[in-house]
Amino acid sequence: MGRYMLRRLANYLVLVIVAASLTYFLAGLTLNPRAKFEGRNPPLSETAISRTLDDYNMNPDTPVVTRFVHWAGDVVHGDLGKTIEGDSVNDDFGRRVGVSTRLLLLATLIGSALGVAVGTLGAIRQYRFFDRFTTLASFFVLAMPVFVIGVALKIGATILNDGSQTLKVLGEYDAQFAGQWNWDALVNRAQHMLLPALTLIIVQVALYSRYQRSTMLDVLGSDFLRTARAKGLRHRTALVKHGLRTAILPVVPLLVYNIVLLFTGATFTEKTFGWHGMGELLVDSITKQDVNSVATVGLFTAVLVLIAGLLSDLLYAALDPRVRVR
Amino acid sequence: MSVQQPPVADPAPAPLPAPVEEGTTAVAPRRTSRARLTVRRFARNRLALFGLAVLILLFLAAYAGPLLTKWDYKSHDFLNFMSGPSGEHWWGTTQGGVDLFALTMRGLQKSLVIGLLVGIISTFLSAVVGAFSAYFGGWADRVLMWLVDLLLVMPSFLIIAVMSPMFRDSSWLVFVALLGAFSWMITGRVVRSMTFTLKDREFVKAAKYMGVPAPVIIFRHILPNMASMLIIDTVIQAGAAVIGESGLSYFGFGVQAPDVSLGTVIADNTTNASTYPWLFFFPAGCLVLIGLSIAFIGDGLRDALDPNSTRAKARPARRKNRAATSKPLKEGATR
Repeated sequence: MGRYMLRRLANYLVLVIVAASLTYFLAGLTLNPRAKFEGRNPPLSETAISRTLDDYNMNPDTPVVTRFVHWAGDVVHGDLGKTIEGDSVNDDFGRRVGVSTRLLLLATLIGSALGVAVGTLGAIRQYRFFDRFTTLASFFVLAMPVFVIGVALKIGATILNDGSQTLKVLGEYDAQFAGQWNWDALVNRAQHMLLPALTLIIVQVALYSRYQRSTMLDVLGSDFLRTARAKGLRHRTALVKHGLRTAILPVVPLLVYNIVLLFTGATFTEKTFGWHGMGELLVDSITKQDVNSVATVGLFTAVLVLIAGLLSDLLYAALDPRVRVR
Repeated sequence: MSVQQPPVADPAPAPLPAPVEEGTTAVAPRRTSRARLTVRRFARNRLALFGLAVLILLFLAAYAGPLLTKWDYKSHDFLNFMSGPSGEHWWGTTQGGVDLFALTMRGLQKSLVIGLLVGIISTFLSAVVGAFSAYFGGWADRVLMWLVDLLLVMPSFLIIAVMSPMFRDSSWLVFVALLGAFSWMITGRVVRSMTFTLKDREFVKAAKYMGVPAPVIIFRHILPNMASMLIIDTVIQAGAAVIGESGLSYFGFGVQAPDVSLGTVIADNTTNASTYPWLFFFPAGCLVLIGLSIAFIGDGLRDALDPNSTRAKARPARRKNRAATSKPLKEGATR
């Protein structure tokens, strides 16, 4: 098991390095950071622009391989380079991971738990009202892009607010509460958080419940569940201990991947509700032609996929009664 | 190896379900019956029929709608900015005075075509790569699966977004190709594992020892045995592509002006969404309708093509007991 894991880890690492490098080359070749400086008023001289770009390691005139070696060398030392504004990518990145985490942690936990619960109940009461209703609702949600859900919630909030300011639709907190953690500030943050969190929860519940329902249905007809009942276990105990545990297995990788990858930012949710997290960086870094930030997002995503892969392997092994450590 | 193709296509023994593609006349009655059975089973699913009807209606509206209205998606009506839905402008007008109905129909055309193309491209890729990978095994398999892993690690949204200037200068078909290139990997793995089970079946071995070249075996004997899975996948991928496209276009990384897709129409009008909700709801409604109808069709197809499904049985089997246990995919079972 250990050796197998190590081999997988090595393979994953190679994948991450290749993926991150490819992303850098692609960004370095297609983005045009020069454009960001050319439209300035008062206009900057060519030499000044080139000097600035050289300083940021983004000058398109430098061969991309040279820039890549420079960037990779810095990354190995833990320096992700400079943004197009000349700030440190590390600082910006750290701030954004914090914002995304605050937004996602609660929403993801609630979303996953609810999704599994709804799917399980739907399977147990197949074709009854609850099942039909949730199935139709999740079809409906999954047919919508996330930004449509977000904007629809925004419109709904405007109607509900009816001129008041109860539900906030922009940002993480109001400016006057910056850096405070007293009661009022917390209430303010909660007001801001409700809608984006709701968006994320709705999407996740719809997705996970579909999967959980189908795996649970497979388990419900199984022999081992009948055996468990025949042993004299209560219906509920058998369902939870034997049924749910087996049914949740195939859903685990999906859950893990989704949860981990959410940290690359819930792009649509963050953009719709004006949260300055990782998801926003994904879009903004490209529109700003910010090569180093794009490369960072690529690297970060690849690393997260790796972590998710390893985590789901481990969890699977821990949960599956049929997997015995060899 | 130049071995003549025997005119009889299928050296397969009887027990497998007849492949759902052109074969010999000998099995024709059985095959039509299977196709007809599928249609019949599909038609029993009311939601699926509804989905099909909605999708056909959307296609009709997208291509015939612009002929019914006197407005063009490029022309501006300078007497009406941001006007509400009326007899003059059925769905109102945008900030620039463009008729929203004409604009949305134009976007709908693009979104539907992109979905269709990406669905076909992505399923074709996954079928070819997955089947070849498993059939040849060894190094070919290792290399191809490594490629699958790499593509899964690459942040596809980021890559396509970074490359978006490329299709600003060329055509939206580049965008379609990119979407297709990043959406086949998971199905590719499924095809691969199904090919492993099919590879050892007698009819494949027989064809192999008769000297039938590998590509012919793959396209004539292996892939047809997964036809139903591939059909369902095409439908699902098409739906996913429509949603993926709208997301990229929403941020300006997808379909580029002067072309419009539902994503760009929604993006252009989101800023005014809370004050002029129809600007958002009409195009968004079309988008949701596409997604919903495709989801219903996919669901209906899955039930119709799955021999173990209880839902598509002739008598509406509404027993309180469990659903039919789905058997593991063996024997070229169709799912």
